Amino acid sequence: MADKKKKLSLIVFSGDFDKLVAAFTLASGAAAVNYEVNLFFTFWGLNAVKKAKGRRFTGKGFLARVFGFLMGGRKNVPLSRMNFGGMSPRLMTGMMKKRNVATLNELVEASIALGAKFYACEMSMVILGLTLDDFIPEVKEVLGVAKFLEISQDGETLFI
Amino acid sequence: MEILDITKEHCPMTFVKTKLRLSKMKRGERVEVLLLEGEPLDNVPKSVTEQGDKVIGIAHLKSGIHSVVIEKC
Repeated sequence: MADKKKKLSLIVFSGDFDKLVAAFTLASGAAAVNYEVNLFFTFWGLNAVKKAKGRRFTGKGFLARVFGFLMGGRKNVPLSRMNFGGMSPRLMTGMMKKRNVATLNELVEASIALGAKFYACEMSMVILGLTLDDFIPEVKEVLGVAKFLEISQDGETLFI
Repeated sequence: MEILDITKEHCPMTFVKTKLRLSKMKRGERVEVLLLEGEPLDNVPKSVTEQGDKVIGIAHLKSGIHSVVIEKC
């Protein structure tokens, strides 16, 4: 019997810059060493895969749209500590470029290029009034817990 | 033979860039990867072998830089 492909599933809950860097570092690294990689974006994590990278009134309903605007997209994700009003992620990205470390965008692109699969959490989307159309095209499917458990079965699962 | 220089890259882009290059190559084609000792030298040849491609040879070039010749299988 052929060896089964190793599998890594990440529950991307945090929308913090540093935690997203960690999630996409693991995702791209694992995909590069031939793991099947699944990323399940939920709550704040959904901001990383929104089609609109900046602040935009996304979602349905007044409150959802205000939340959508305040949270923004991947360009607006805050650092989990010492965010300094949104300055730190930009400074950090500058430091990453200067030191030849892959930036968040580069890690996301590498994960996509290496075939990591992106899924969005159905419940969080309902709360935030988002639809599949609000996300980048690589988010192919909207999942609930049962389907995610099925997909992640027999592999490693991490919550970030 | 094409050369892939990843001496300025860090984890995970060392093996990410190697994997991406290999994915664009045809069976039997070779690439010479220039990398630093330490994490890249430990992990790139290992990850390449694990995914079924062949490490033809590893050579020390100069002060911490190594050459790894890989054949796509």
